[in-house]
Amino acid sequence: MDATGAHVVQRENMSLKCLKCLFGWFSALCLSALIAQAQETNEVEQLKRQLQQLQENFERVQREQHQQIETLTRKLDDLARQQTGEAEKRKLEQELATDLQKSQPPAAPPTLAPSAPWSPEQPLTIARAGSAYMNFSLDALTDFGWSSVADPSTFLQLGDHDPHSRGFGLLNAEMVLDGAVDPYFKGFANIVFKLDQNNQTSVELEETYLQTISLPANLQVKAGQFLADFGRQNTQHPHQWAFVDDPLILTRTFGPDGLRGIGGQLSWLAPTPFFTEATLGLFNGQGGTAFSFRNPGDPDYLGVNRFHGRTTMDRNLSSPGDMLFVPRLASSFDLTDQQTLVAGVSAAFGPNDTGFHEYTQVYGTDLYWKWKPAKAHAGFPFVSWQTEALYQRYGAASDPTVSLPSENLEDWGFYSQVLWGFKERWVAGLRGDYVDGTSGAYDPFDVFRGQRTRISPDLTFYPSEFSKIRLQYNYDQGVLFGTGHSVWLQIEFLLGAHGAHKF
Amino acid sequence: MKTKILISLLLLTALCGPAWAKLNVVSTTPDLASIAAEIGGDRISLTALAKPTEDPHFVDAKPSLILKLNRADAVIEGGAELETGWLPRLLDQARNAKLAAGTPGHISAARGVPLKEIPTSLDRSQGDIHAAGNPHYLMDPLNARIVARNICEAFCALDAKSCDAYRANLKQFTDALDAKLAEWQKKLEPFKGREVVAYHNSWLYFGDRFGLKIDLFLEPKPGVPPTPRHLAGIILKMKEDKVHVILVDPYLDRRTAETVAAKTDATVVDVAQFPGAIKGTEAGYIPLMDYLVNSVSKALAGNK
Repeated sequence: MDATGAHVVQRENMSLKCLKCLFGWFSALCLSALIAQAQETNEVEQLKRQLQQLQENFERVQREQHQQIETLTRKLDDLARQQTGEAEKRKLEQELATDLQKSQPPAAPPTLAPSAPWSPEQPLTIARAGSAYMNFSLDALTDFGWSSVADPSTFLQLGDHDPHSRGFGLLNAEMVLDGAVDPYFKGFANIVFKLDQNNQTSVELEETYLQTISLPANLQVKAGQFLADFGRQNTQHPHQWAFVDDPLILTRTFGPDGLRGIGGQLSWLAPTPFFTEATLGLFNGQGGTAFSFRNPGDPDYLGVNRFHGRTTMDRNLSSPGDMLFVPRLASSFDLTDQQTLVAGVSAAFGPNDTGFHEYTQVYGTDLYWKWKPAKAHAGFPFVSWQTEALYQRYGAASDPTVSLPSENLEDWGFYSQVLWGFKERWVAGLRGDYVDGTSGAYDPFDVFRGQRTRISPDLTFYPSEFSKIRLQYNYDQGVLFGTGHSVWLQIEFLLGAHGAHKF
Repeated sequence: MKTKILISLLLLTALCGPAWAKLNVVSTTPDLASIAAEIGGDRISLTALAKPTEDPHFVDAKPSLILKLNRADAVIEGGAELETGWLPRLLDQARNAKLAAGTPGHISAARGVPLKEIPTSLDRSQGDIHAAGNPHYLMDPLNARIVARNICEAFCALDAKSCDAYRANLKQFTDALDAKLAEWQKKLEPFKGREVVAYHNSWLYFGDRFGLKIDLFLEPKPGVPPTPRHLAGIILKMKEDKVHVILVDPYLDRRTAETVAAKTDATVVDVAQFPGAIKGTEAGYIPLMDYLVNSVSKALAGNK
């Protein structure tokens, strides 16, 4: 740094000191003034802040209230909208329903009631009529009895679900499932469990079919495995029977299991002033459940299949005409308010297994009459009368090996039964059976031929709709076994939801 | 000439046909029919499947009933499983798509009705109970109001042209019912809290509406016939509680009720849920309720 430069610095230092001084004073003055002022401004500020706070508070409250009001109005609006929406929805629903009905046959959209949420204190229900997808039930028939014939199953009790041995028997425990499949079909299944004399269980898929709900022109179609619509009792399951066993003529023509099989059925409700239904069933007609049709029969001691003494062949379906046809026509009249009559005629036509061109024809007629007074309670008292008569012509081929000629084996018979529900829960019944046939050159020991009669009184007590106790006596007389006396006691129980039966 | 007249007559009927075409309505029980008649008036033709004196739990599924359902435009059912033993089977065979569940032609009267005694568990050892609750709900006039509205809505859906008429009929019916309800309540007011015996548990709704305790039954359990042992208990209870009125429906055993009445100095009152089951109640629901309120109040007044 040079001398002049140092001067300048000194001078500057001097003036700087002065300035500092001045500044000091000034600032002191200023400070005092400022403090005084600050005191004033503080109060204002505080007031201001308080005011602001107040204002803020006020605004916040206002905002909150506003929000509350808004949410409330929104809720109210929603509610109102919901209500008008509901009304609108209902109106629209009705309009749509009528519109849709105009444009197409109704397809029945199932409207489900809103179900309440499940809570732990509610029990779990598997099947419950009305709120389950299907009815589910188990029905078991337990028999106990004795017969003067040592082995009733050989001659007396030929039906598969008839009690057929001394002592105890359980020949029908059926599991039934049924319900609507969708808006178009109903489904039904009947699975039967039974115990044989060695207590071995066998299972039968007795019925499994679907049935249409909404076909036009009064038509209804059934398809699957089912009991053929022939007469009255053939379509009934053992627990619906009025006696512990099947009528003799039905076992004779349709075998131990009744006439049933895989097939289809079309039925039509006629536009007559009284009830008239025409039905046509079409079945494969093969095996033991098409007893008098394409049924190979049982093997003899050499292992050769025989039916009515003749050797049988495995006859396959060579043309549609080889199927089993079951037509039926039934009408019903209300004779008075208290009396109803149902009358029907049925037939079954199909080939049999004794030859390539052999056919069987069965014709039947049935009558059912029921009286129930106007003031009946729980279905009692009542009197009903049921009768079926059948005629069968079995075209049997010749069998030279056992020197049996070609001939028509004819069988006929009827049963008639009267039931009297004389007191609430009590039913007394009486049934008479008669079967006979042309002698023919058949095997004389064929239990499914020859003359037989049976008289069966019975008494049934129904503790409720879901159980019954039945006592039956059978007087049997036949050319093959002479006379027989049997007493059977049957107990039934039904668990679960079981669909109602046909009249 | 004759043929011309015939043709013109035929044409006339053909032309007028649609205007006269009535809604063909089938109801399961006569009480529902009586309410449907109030709403439908002469715009519907009406048939009830069960007879007024018949036990509604056990109606035979006769083929003639199948035919009625086959030709119906609508079916009205209680909707509380009262008809579960016979209606589903009839509908299965009726082949009528108009009556399929869920369509406007299948009218469930109980929609919106607060059903009572809905069992918490389904147990048949408790007798023949109804899973949906006690189905005799129509004995409360307020429920009849709901049923009338349901039927009116359904008729409007099925026959929009006549909707105004149905609505007017509904108003007329409910107005009459409201006026009558006040009258009935006044009549039974003095007996509030009194106990009454019934043969079967079908009077719960009636009792609740009019303040009567109808909780003693001649049946030990629903659907189970009275036993002497149970009746003895009832007689003792009646004496203890000073109960002097027994209600019996026409299809139930009146002699049992008379036996109990003789031992308890009680009055047997013939009651019915269906118009026409008792002489003088044929005209409809309101006359039936009139009869019920009058005969019950008379019996209660006679035995104090």
